[in-house]
Amino acid sequence: MNSSIPAVSIDGVVKRFGAVTAVDGLSLQIQPGEVVAFLGPNGAGKTTTVDMILGLSTPTEGSVQIFGGDARKAVALGRVAAVMQTGGLLKDFTIRETVELTASLFRPSRPVDEVLDRAGILDVADRMVGKASGGQQQRLRFALALLSDPDLLILDEPTTGMDVQGRREFWNAIRSDAAGGRTTVFATHYLEEADAYADRIVLVRKGKIVADGTAAEIKALAAGRTVRATLEGADTDALAKVAGVDSVDVRGDSVLVHGSDSDAIARYLLNHTTARDLEITSRNLEDAFIALTGDGAEVRTPEGALA
Amino acid sequence: MTTMATTRTIPPLGGFSPAFLRLEFRRMLRNRRSVIFTLIMPSAFFLLFGTDGKYKTESAGHGNVTAYVMVSMAVYGAMIATTSGGAMVATERALGWSRQLRLTPLQPVAYVAVKVAVAMTMGLAAIVAVFIVGDLSGAELPFGRLLLCGVLGWLCTLVFAAFGLFMGYLLPSENVMQLLGPSLALLSFAGGLFVPLNQMSDVFADIAKFTPAYGVGVIARWPMEHDGNVALAVVNVLAWVAIFVGGAAWRMSKDTKRV
Repeated sequence: MNSSIPAVSIDGVVKRFGAVTAVDGLSLQIQPGEVVAFLGPNGAGKTTTVDMILGLSTPTEGSVQIFGGDARKAVALGRVAAVMQTGGLLKDFTIRETVELTASLFRPSRPVDEVLDRAGILDVADRMVGKASGGQQQRLRFALALLSDPDLLILDEPTTGMDVQGRREFWNAIRSDAAGGRTTVFATHYLEEADAYADRIVLVRKGKIVADGTAAEIKALAAGRTVRATLEGADTDALAKVAGVDSVDVRGDSVLVHGSDSDAIARYLLNHTTARDLEITSRNLEDAFIALTGDGAEVRTPEGALA
Repeated sequence: MTTMATTRTIPPLGGFSPAFLRLEFRRMLRNRRSVIFTLIMPSAFFLLFGTDGKYKTESAGHGNVTAYVMVSMAVYGAMIATTSGGAMVATERALGWSRQLRLTPLQPVAYVAVKVAVAMTMGLAAIVAVFIVGDLSGAELPFGRLLLCGVLGWLCTLVFAAFGLFMGYLLPSENVMQLLGPSLALLSFAGGLFVPLNQMSDVFADIAKFTPAYGVGVIARWPMEHDGNVALAVVNVLAWVAIFVGGAAWRMSKDTKRV
């Protein structure tokens, strides 16, 4: 993979709307071939950032470059395509006509039937858009984004309003597509989507990046693991002295020890106590998300998070 | 990834193409409401107001009164067709389609050109429809003059394509025609398309000369009967074109900056 020119290069970007600062000094580089999730609560500045990547709005300060050039030009040439949260469709076109119309604008363009097939809507292509389900409409937007065979695909909250089945089918289509090496950036507030489909997660809060790394790194950021064991009459004081332990909890015959070094905790329990039935669990992404995007959260970045 | 074999370019004419037009026409003809308002209603009005037995024998310039009403109703039909064609931008903005199109190489000017081309074609269809019904219902006018009336009326309704565009960019509503339909009826009345100006009071007739439908009506009827000040009518049409095109361009530039 040639990585001399980043697919997306955002440098010190600030975007203000009147008195409101939606994006507050955000810098980010995305290399070709990466699948990146842009994760954050509503109002974190995800859509504003996506708009600037697509050249739909310009930063108040800082710069945005797409493949080393202007975003609008990249859109016009079809190098970058997007499935937008707000992109509307006309109800009185058929699905196929909508794709035909968009195909007429790109040079070159993939064949209409090919993108309909890849988006999984070839069988319903002659249906009126107004009669298509929410999931089918979203896959139509995806088909439109595939027409120019883009090098960079942006998805803004792509599965909002879809049911579980629709969401799974949609992601399967995206994933088989991204397997071909297409750079993909998606904004979402569904943690499990970021965890399951992204190589890299960029966590944003109040217009700033609060964490940037793999799903495992992000989870680890929310600090430590919990070791649970069955142990009668646990000596909580002794446990609390084990390296890295920050809390010890006794619930009946169970003891829950939380700390940064789960190996040391497990070793101590097995070697120095009668503990059995050990379970080691990391916090899930949801916990990390809440810990990092809650109001008291500090900005932290794991080492080597930037690829 | 950086050195792909494909060479990417932008489409010629900013995206304006026969394929785009063909799809837009198909969509327009599928819209039952636009077909009723542009192709059926003006003809129905003509049959209602213009086919009185007395009108067929009474002469008006080079034809009969029935033909006079026919030309006025054709202009009215073309007004509705071109306005609703231009006002389609309101619906498309309200639905977010214009935002979707911003993810393509389509230039705003090419988009407007498509809308105007579709609007003007629907306007032509409205005129032809009324003329065919008129010819079958006793309108008498030599063919050359009839043709000239149609062409002049059609060209002048460009005023209303611009009006529709301006309103389309001004009013972000999905049902903008519910507002514009009655306005057009009012403008047609004020401009002397329903009732000739010489049957109005003097004050009202003077005001009427400044409304946008007046010029179109006078010019369209000119090959048939000189009933009005043609110089004033030309000034009227040019002034309103300038106002509406200017307004549409102003709103459009604000719109593309914001989106």
